[in-house]
Amino acid sequence: MATSDPTVKTTAAVDETGVETDTILQTRGLRKQFGGLTATDDVDFGIDEGELRCLIGPNGAGKSTFLKLLTGRLEPTAGSIYYDGDEIGHLPSHERVSRGISMKFQVPSIYPDLSVRENLRIPLQRIADPDTFEQRTRETLERFHLEGTADETAANLSHGQQQRLEIAMAMTLEPTLMLLDEPVAGLSVEETAEVADLLRTINAEDDVAFVVIEHDIDFVETIADQVTVLHDGAIFREGSIEDVRNDPAVKRIYLGEEE
Amino acid sequence: MSSDSSASLAARLRAPFEGPNTIGNSNGFWASFGVAVLLLAIYPVLFGPYAAATSSVFLVYALLGVSLCFIWGFCGILSFGQVAFFGVAGYTFGIVAINLSSYTGVTLGIVAGIAVATLFAALLGYFMFYGGVRDVYVTIITLVVALVLHTFLGQTAGSEWAVGEAALGGFNGMVGIPDLGVGVGDVGITLDGAMHYYAALAALIATYLGLRVLVNSQFGYAMVATREDEARTEMFGYNTTFIKFVTFTIGGALAGLSGVLFVTWGNYIDPSEFAITAAAMPVIWASIGGRESIFGTIAAAIAIQWLELQLTGEWALVIVGSLLIIVMLAIPKGIAPGIRDLIVALQTRRQEPASDSPAPTEEVSD
Repeated sequence: MATSDPTVKTTAAVDETGVETDTILQTRGLRKQFGGLTATDDVDFGIDEGELRCLIGPNGAGKSTFLKLLTGRLEPTAGSIYYDGDEIGHLPSHERVSRGISMKFQVPSIYPDLSVRENLRIPLQRIADPDTFEQRTRETLERFHLEGTADETAANLSHGQQQRLEIAMAMTLEPTLMLLDEPVAGLSVEETAEVADLLRTINAEDDVAFVVIEHDIDFVETIADQVTVLHDGAIFREGSIEDVRNDPAVKRIYLGEEE
Repeated sequence: MSSDSSASLAARLRAPFEGPNTIGNSNGFWASFGVAVLLLAIYPVLFGPYAAATSSVFLVYALLGVSLCFIWGFCGILSFGQVAFFGVAGYTFGIVAINLSSYTGVTLGIVAGIAVATLFAALLGYFMFYGGVRDVYVTIITLVVALVLHTFLGQTAGSEWAVGEAALGGFNGMVGIPDLGVGVGDVGITLDGAMHYYAALAALIATYLGLRVLVNSQFGYAMVATREDEARTEMFGYNTTFIKFVTFTIGGALAGLSGVLFVTWGNYIDPSEFAITAAAMPVIWASIGGRESIFGTIAAAIAIQWLELQLTGEWALVIVGSLLIIVMLAIPKGIAPGIRDLIVALQTRRQEPASDSPAPTEEVSD
């Protein structure tokens, strides 16, 4: 099913020659079982460098489990994850981050009790020289429309500002792949549009690949062309947003009773 | 101008010791720190060597408090067993120094005491943190370790429980532990009486300043980030398990240093140092003084131990316990952070009507 759509590249980045494609991330037969429950079922999922892909599916489709397998919060029962040609399925989270995978959690998990400046310092000190902290902090705040908040306690920022701060922190690590878990959950219409704008800009300017987990299909439409639909832990469809949206089977499982 | 350049020199000298991770970064703070050090330094002159020799133990306990404040306040690891490393170092010093009764023995005893405590903390920390033990379970395991040592050493009364000439002594304790000193063979100096006081004071000040540098360094930020949100911090590429392991081991080394200073002060140690009341004291000092403030913990440890000595007996613990409950209810973060918040609140109130200039980060006493 997963590989039937010719528009989606699922061929191996893992080819022994290592030159086959520009695929940045590829899972092979990735499986996670909790007792008798198969939360992730033999998933072959690939994404190219600089691509923006949304991963959608109804509640309980296994989106979160799949994401946790990618970040290293969970160990796979079987299968492998290739990133940039290396198998990373058993590396601890922090080593995956060091290789260029960044992550934005669903709930804005900034450090609420620290100031915005200190929040930014946590990722910044991993990659930059202390002399440049001040300047880079200023640049980051400008880019993410957070000017003037440097000395605020992060908890005092608005929800939208916190989302942007978290994306800013994740982007500070200069990742090549960014995993976002429902980045617009709980945001207002304006804030959602702002985040969509921001993601498109980063994706275009920084050449970062994005995997965005989302169930708001209208939001998905505003940011991505290609989507992957998960259902019961397995890939159900892959293709352009129009095709997927008009697929009756997807409507049945994803949109439920609508139509 | 010369006053300008001396001010910038002072700022440059202070810089490594300052940052948002420590309370007290203002001129006023460093001035009162200087006064406190001066008072502690002339205390033996004012009150005589006997008073100094007696008071030395307060500084030793302060150092034990700091060992907990560092790991709990800055990395979120609440160890209830700092006394385990304290006691193990004490017994180790006793065994080495009693058997090699010379300056060499005492010097080696200091090294061995701290080394064994550090190794013990590293081993325990390794199995806990790499084994995925977290939060309250760390607290329980560390307490259990202290209590197991209490029981174990309590049953070492028999003559078979001796290492060379050093008898462990069961609940009667290990007696005849030599004074603090450094040297080789018969050549060296003995640090007893007021000299022990100065040795403990020097160790405390050095530890205080060293830890201030550490918690404001990149590692310190990583510690604080781990304390605030471990999962998040790991997703910034930090090996939080390793950070906790290193922090816990440093805490064990500091507790070991205080243990060596303790047994050389009283020339004696018994298993009550591992008992639950002893194990609770560092937690009480850090809670009352403020676990995120090394200075606050030091002040609280000295004040509470002094108070306990004045009160003596059953009532001492009741009063200290009541004090803990009152402080926890009134200022949950402890006294020092409470004072900091008060100063910040007063300063912002004073500044607000004047101008809305951004808060000067350099001199605010946060």
